[in-house]
Amino acid sequence: MSQDLFFQHLANGISLGSLYALIAIGYTMVYGILRLINFAHGDLLMMAAYMVFYGMLIFSLPWWLSVILAVILTAALGAGIERVAYRPLRDSPRISVLISAIGVSFFLENLGTVLFGGRAKAVYRPDWLAATHEIGGVSIMTLALVIPAVTILLLLVLSYLVYKTKTGMAMRAVSRDYDTARLMGIDVDRVIGFTFVTGSTLAAVGGIMWALRYPQIHPFIGVMPGLKCFIAAVFGGIGNIPGAVLGGFLLGIGEIMLVALFPDLAGYRDAFAFVILILTLLFRPTGLLGEKIAEKV
Amino acid sequence: MGKITLPRSGLYSLVAAAYRREPKRWGPMLTGAVILCLLLFIYWAGRNFNPYQVRILNLIGINIGLGLSLNLINGFTGQFSLGHAGFMAVGAYTTTLLMMPPAVKQMNFFMVPLISPLDEIQLPFIVALLLGGLVSALMGFFIGAPVLRLRGDYLAIATLGFSEIIRIVITNIRSVTNGALGLKAIPAYTNLWWSWGFALLTIFVITRLIHSSYGRAFKAIREDEIAAEAMGIGLFRHKMLAFTLGAFLAGIGGGFQASLLTTIDPNMFRFILTFEILLIVVLGGMGSITGTVIAATIVTILKEVLRGVEAPMNLGFISLPGIPGMRMVIFSLLLILVVLFYREGIMGQRELSWEGLFGPRNGRPERGVEA
Repeated sequence: MSQDLFFQHLANGISLGSLYALIAIGYTMVYGILRLINFAHGDLLMMAAYMVFYGMLIFSLPWWLSVILAVILTAALGAGIERVAYRPLRDSPRISVLISAIGVSFFLENLGTVLFGGRAKAVYRPDWLAATHEIGGVSIMTLALVIPAVTILLLLVLSYLVYKTKTGMAMRAVSRDYDTARLMGIDVDRVIGFTFVTGSTLAAVGGIMWALRYPQIHPFIGVMPGLKCFIAAVFGGIGNIPGAVLGGFLLGIGEIMLVALFPDLAGYRDAFAFVILILTLLFRPTGLLGEKIAEKV
Repeated sequence: MGKITLPRSGLYSLVAAAYRREPKRWGPMLTGAVILCLLLFIYWAGRNFNPYQVRILNLIGINIGLGLSLNLINGFTGQFSLGHAGFMAVGAYTTTLLMMPPAVKQMNFFMVPLISPLDEIQLPFIVALLLGGLVSALMGFFIGAPVLRLRGDYLAIATLGFSEIIRIVITNIRSVTNGALGLKAIPAYTNLWWSWGFALLTIFVITRLIHSSYGRAFKAIREDEIAAEAMGIGLFRHKMLAFTLGAFLAGIGGGFQASLLTTIDPNMFRFILTFEILLIVVLGGMGSITGTVIAATIVTILKEVLRGVEAPMNLGFISLPGIPGMRMVIFSLLLILVVLFYREGIMGQRELSWEGLFGPRNGRPERGVEA
């Protein structure tokens, strides 16, 4: 492979990887606090994408307003799901919550089919986003530059939130030890709700950028990114935010490079993530950056 | 506190009295009578039902078998697996490829020819089914060996991952599976005797297994792995047994389904298929054979009844457009509601038993608590 081509694929991979990273953070935050695979997380991407689509098309809002509205509504939806479907099961076996999450995921997907129709819709991509630039022999779409930029910006905001604010400290405390955090006077329910709002906000931004990158939306658009980003979170070390970012980038770059280096394996592209998942679970269940947790009897 | 004995009339008290006198003799006789009634009903249904009703009845039988196979893993052994669609796919494809006449194979594989030994093989249905089950069991064995070390949600996501990998591989090996085009014109061997034979046999096998020392070990593992291990139960061996047997039955169920629907393609075996079986297991009660049987019947019928919601309706004075996707909305809501408000499902971990129905427990006929 020529050097130019390599950088072309690398740029591609970084742009995909930053999307994965953004979405994986939502999984890792929720898992860190509730020990729950939030299956519905992927479907929030789809919801956000549709909200922007309809906001612009039906209510003919300017794009920035429909994006902001979609992000707010998706965050509310994420928190609402937690309130309705997960909170009542706080003291139930973890498997019950998982089943509930699977139910919510299928509910959203099929609600999407009912509300928006099952047929795929083409997404309008503004010209300035679709424009390509030549940078040192590599042609890059503006979008492919915007996506990592937005991701990095959101990561900075998130790091400030988690590591510098009081709420962030509460979040870290709850994820470390639920009961002790409660004893220390932390309103656990509020913290969990806030976690869902944060995660869903990132998912909404991720979903909108996903829809711009692959300009087509349908109700099941969130399934594969959802699963893959969960895998990215596991790969990086679940519960660990830098881990999720690392996992997302590695997964995205790996996926693009796999197809670039072995075109014959293009059909197995989606399987790549699952193979990574299984290898991670078998050989390093704590992921790349995860801490080792001793099993308590 | 003395319970009020309701005055009994007719058949019930007669049977109950007989059962209470000699439970060992009357239990099996009653079971035999129920099976006989069921077989008579199937015979009658086969002659009097229209093809659509027969198809639903077939699906109920197959779904009972599939539900039980998942319940064995998820409900009785407590290993939450989401890989059933993958095992069904393996079973469906193996069975189909082994029993399809060579001429039909040639018709199907017009893009890429089928690889050598498979294109001429044609085995009888039952042999193909068993081999389909065996290949699926083998798959279950190799997947289970690494994966069953994981627990809870990690196990769930890993089995889901394997199921997706199976589907992706099937989509890609076109010279064996015909890829995304799928296989059409599969010989339709599945009839009421096959599907209900499968259901009854599965009920029998699982009931016997659950009441054996293996079954008690499964339940012990479900309740507390560490305690079970301390009591000398081989965790890995028992988990593997449940998982492999579940995969075997799922493979056979997949084979029956392929031959019932007469067409398969990789997209049929997405996560949603596992979801439908999971719904049966959760609704019936994780760890109840009776519950799964009841729930399989309810869900299968409900799925057909709700077809009405998706079809356009003409009420004479007003015509309502159909709402595609509404069925699954209702089903997923049902799953959420069951988990939120009725976590036991229909039966919880209880079973309907003769002892419970007729046993020496004065008062109303209760649902028996399984020993």
